[in-house]
Amino acid sequence: MQVKKSTEMIAPTKTVIDPKRGRLGSLWKRIITNYELYLFLLPTLLYFTIFHYLPMYGMQIAFKNYLPIKGILESPWVGFEHFERFFASYQFLTVLKNTLLINLYQLLLAFPIPIILALLLNQIGSTKFRRMVQTITYAPHFISVVVIVGMLYLFLSPMNGLLNNILGFLGIEPIFFMGEPGWFKSTFVFSGIWQNAGWSMIIYLAALSSVSPELHEAAIMDGASKFQRIVHIDLPAIMPTIMILLILDVGNFMALGFEKVYLMQNALNIDSSEVIQTYVYKTGLLNAQYSYATAVGLFNAIINFVLLIAMNQFAKKMKQTSLF
Amino acid sequence: MNTIKKSKADRIFDVFNYSLMSLIVLAALYPLYIIVISSFSDPYAVNSGSVWLFPKGFTLEGYLRIFEYDKIWMGYRNSLFYAVIGTAINLSLTLTAGYALSRSDLVGRNMIMFFIVFTMFFGGGIIPSYLLVKELGMVNTIWSQVIPNAVSAFNIIIARTFFQTTIPKGLLEAAQVDGCSTTKFFLKIVLPLSVPIIAVIALFSAVAHWNSYFQALIYLRDENLFPLQIVLREILIMNEAQGDTMMLSSDSELKDYAEIMKYGAIIVASIPVLVLYPFIQKYFVKGVMIGSIKE
Repeated sequence: MQVKKSTEMIAPTKTVIDPKRGRLGSLWKRIITNYELYLFLLPTLLYFTIFHYLPMYGMQIAFKNYLPIKGILESPWVGFEHFERFFASYQFLTVLKNTLLINLYQLLLAFPIPIILALLLNQIGSTKFRRMVQTITYAPHFISVVVIVGMLYLFLSPMNGLLNNILGFLGIEPIFFMGEPGWFKSTFVFSGIWQNAGWSMIIYLAALSSVSPELHEAAIMDGASKFQRIVHIDLPAIMPTIMILLILDVGNFMALGFEKVYLMQNALNIDSSEVIQTYVYKTGLLNAQYSYATAVGLFNAIINFVLLIAMNQFAKKMKQTSLF
Repeated sequence: MNTIKKSKADRIFDVFNYSLMSLIVLAALYPLYIIVISSFSDPYAVNSGSVWLFPKGFTLEGYLRIFEYDKIWMGYRNSLFYAVIGTAINLSLTLTAGYALSRSDLVGRNMIMFFIVFTMFFGGGIIPSYLLVKELGMVNTIWSQVIPNAVSAFNIIIARTFFQTTIPKGLLEAAQVDGCSTTKFFLKIVLPLSVPIIAVIALFSAVAHWNSYFQALIYLRDENLFPLQIVLREILIMNEAQGDTMMLSSDSELKDYAEIMKYGAIIVASIPVLVLYPFIQKYFVKGVMIGSIKE
């Protein structure tokens, strides 16, 4: 939602035209009077230039054969060789499939659940109870990924893990959740919901708090049930928020939770846990194939960007809020 | 509002809703509760799965072993250091940039804003960033932990929105009439009015630094520089994934305590965040909301 300000960005700032000095002169004058503000911005702009835009420039090694002695600029061009190698490699389909499936699974499940929970929690009459639910459910958000994955190993252990103890109690054979490839995606997505659903709820609850109570009162007079009011009043009211967050989520589609994937990965589940980003990390940094890994990363970034633009266009077409 | 008698459907709805929410609260708390009670329990009881409601065979042995484990304390010290330095850098950059961008008389602010926001959606990726940090000579130094993430676009947006919505315009005009410089105005008037946003950004940044491991995984080789999360990764995950040497050891007591140590380590690592939690409650939610205002 933050980026919504881009619409405001497009609106031209009011420029006072000084007839004597012309538009440029007055612009210059305004820059000079505010020189301190530019000094305020200087370190931040330097930071973004160096640590965000320079690496984008460095991405050219995707089309080169990067040799550390020669540096980025002097290394020889090789065209699309690295991309071709990636598309032809036996891992291409596996990592692409895993990346798409994990993220799709996540989007279909982890995205709607906080919305539903917020709509329900908003209907709870007791402020005290509501606040307690909120305070407790967002606590797991502050646990580090390392600890979360450590907890997964502890609770899901087939030997003495909590979940398998419960399953055993019900007469179900223990399941090696962290080792069986078939369980990887579910474990990933559900632990994510446990950790983040409460936190994601906050934004929706904030949006819901601005729904006018008069709407609800009028609906109650007309005999609408709570469920009907959720569907016909609350849900439409938070639709713009939902759309913006959906676009942002799709905009991060290919990068979602890669640090956690890497921690959950092991030799047993690698077939369903290797995603593009972990593949980039391993080939690039662990095996020092810099150019090849950069090409794979660029491929990922482009898909991601295209998805973001497509989602935004889609939202615009549906006459919904859009980012830009 | 509820003077009208509730319909039957609504009463069923309420019962369902309260039960569901109570269940969710339990689901959120129970795993955390288990960790706490297991860390105090006898390892044999924990391993046999009989610790599920109350601690059994109370012992502090797990914690004693953690206190003797130097790596954890070195990690603790490093993480605190990175969090403090990183937060200081993050705060000073975010507040100054956020304030400058909140001023409507800043020529070119839309362009600058776009320059910053664009990086949220497109980036050079791990490898070019790594090569850059290496080129700058920061690999294996403390700077690799605080400079490549010196400021976040998201925090700048929040700070900017805060300044735009809470600092009255008249204040600036009055100060300018009195001949007050921008820097003086920012330090003497804006900052004292901005305690909530300073708290939010400091907390966001401190927690992010405390919890991060990937930055260290990529840039650090020297064990003496490892932050706590990397040490935790060794204790909690590497053992599991790669067949623990401690676990394979013939000394079964050592093996049992290795399990208990994991629970204790999780608690010890979470203490700083727990200490911050009351502040988090007070300010974080506000921070998320500021981020969502002005959609």
